[in-house]
Amino acid sequence: MRKQITYFLLSLQQGKNNKMSVTDAAILEGHNDKVWHVAWHPNGKTLASCSSDKTIRIWAKEGEKWVCKTVLDDGHTRTIRSVSWSPCGKYMASASFDATGHENEIKSVAWSSSGSFLATCSRDKSVWVWGVGEDQEYECLSVIPSHTQDVKKVVFHPNENILVSASYDNTINVYKEDYDDDWSVVETLEGHQSTVWSIAFNSRGDRLASCSDDATVRIWQRYLPGNKEGITTKGDNPTWKCVCTLSGLHNRTIYDISWCNLTDDIATACGDDYIRIFREHKNSQGEPIFDLILSVPEAHSEDVNTVSWNPVVPGILASGSDDGTVKIWDFSVLS
Amino acid sequence: MTTVERLDNINPLVFEKAENRITTDSDWDDLIYDPFDAREIFDLIRNINDPEHPLSLEELNVVEESKCEVDDSNSDVSVLFTPTIPHCSMASLIGLSIKLQLLRTLPSRFKVTVKITPGTHASEEAVNKQLADKERVAAALENPHLLQVINRCLNPKLRNRS
Repeated sequence: MRKQITYFLLSLQQGKNNKMSVTDAAILEGHNDKVWHVAWHPNGKTLASCSSDKTIRIWAKEGEKWVCKTVLDDGHTRTIRSVSWSPCGKYMASASFDATGHENEIKSVAWSSSGSFLATCSRDKSVWVWGVGEDQEYECLSVIPSHTQDVKKVVFHPNENILVSASYDNTINVYKEDYDDDWSVVETLEGHQSTVWSIAFNSRGDRLASCSDDATVRIWQRYLPGNKEGITTKGDNPTWKCVCTLSGLHNRTIYDISWCNLTDDIATACGDDYIRIFREHKNSQGEPIFDLILSVPEAHSEDVNTVSWNPVVPGILASGSDDGTVKIWDFSVLS
Repeated sequence: MTTVERLDNINPLVFEKAENRITTDSDWDDLIYDPFDAREIFDLIRNINDPEHPLSLEELNVVEESKCEVDDSNSDVSVLFTPTIPHCSMASLIGLSIKLQLLRTLPSRFKVTVKITPGTHASEEAVNKQLADKERVAAALENPHLLQVINRCLNPKLRNRS
C-alpha cells in the first residue's frame, strides 16, 4: 500500500523551487463510510478514528504495518463526529449525532490539558463544560449558550484553563473558568466570512489558528494586559487579535487544522481533497508571515475532513476523509 | 398518505416537460469517453417530485437544464433551483432532495453544489448555507422521518404506494 510519489515542493528559500520526494501515506482501510475525525493517543503510537459507520477504530503499528486493533461499535447509534483521548491516555471521549445530554447532534468533544475538564458542543448552539471526578464521574459545571448557531468545535488551551469554540455563526468564542467553577465567554473573535470549522492552538498557547468555509486560515495572537505592542485589553483578561489571513490558497471549505507542537508546522484538511502544510517565515517580523511549503493534491479521493500531527514523532500526520480511509503520512523530510 | 394541511402555493403554474434526450451513435460507443453534460445532470433531477404537489420539479420549473452546470474534468457540479414562491417553506427540503439525488447517482469524485437561483427566495442565504454544510446535511439524512419524506420525493412510486 505504499508508493513513492514526487511532489513539487515550494522552496523554503525565496525564488527557488525544489523537487522533493515524499513517501506516500500508509492507507488504513476498514471504515465503510465517511471518516470525520482522527485523534492520536498521547503516546503517539495509537490512533483513533471515527466515522458515519457509527464505529470507532483503534489503529497501531505491527512491525512496519498499520493495523486495526479494535473496533468499538456498540457506543453510538448515529454518526460519530469526534473522539478525544484524556491526557493520561487511559480514557477516550466520543461525540455523536445521537446527542446524549445536548438537545441535538454533538459535534465535538475535548479534554483539558489537566484532564480535569471535558467540553462538548452541539447544534443546540451551546457549549457544555464537565468536571471530571477522581472516579471518572462527570458533572456538568456550565451550560453556555454562547453562539447564535450550531457549534462545530471545542478545543482547550495546551496548558491553561481556557476553552475556545468555533461556530456556524462565523465566530470564535474564548472562555475562562470563573472562581466559582462556572465558565463564561471572555471574548468573541470575528473576522471569518462563513462557518468556522476548526481551531488549533500552537504549543505555547499564545497563538490560535482557525479554518473556515470562507476558504481562509486565520492566525490569532494573544496579547496580555500591558503588552509592549500597545494592544488594548479589557481588565485583567488578555485579548486575541488576527495577525495573519491566508487566503487564495484553498479552493473549497477547510474542515480541519492541526498545529504541530513539535515542528510548529500547520496542516489543513480541505474539501478540495488537498492536504496543505504551512510554516512561519523565518524572517517574519511584527505580524507573522506563513508560507505554503507543501500541497498534496488528491491526498484522498474525496473531501479531507480531519488532520492531526503526531504528538511524539515529528512530521507524522494522520488524515481522514469522506472516502472512508485514514492515512498516515511521513512528512519528516520537510524538517 | 398524510394530508397536507396548508399548501404554500395552492395553484402553481405548470410548465411543459422537455423532450427526451436524442442519443447519437457515439453515445453508445463504449470506446468514446462521454463527459457528463448539463442535460445529464438535469435528467437526474427533473423527475424529483415536489413535496406538496403530484408534479415534478421540471413541471414546476423549479429545475431547468440551463441552471445545471457541470465541469467533468474538475468533477464539479452546480445546480440552481427556483422555489415557486419567495416564501416557500419547502425550499430547504427541495434543495436537500436535489442534493441527495445527485450524491446518490453521480460518481463520488464529484463536488455537488446546490443553491437557490439568486433573488428568488426570502431566505436564500440561510438555505444556501445549510445546503453547503455537509455535516448538517449528513445529520439531516440520519433523521428517519425526513429521509422518508425525501425518498418519496425522489421516488414518486413510493409516494403513491403509501
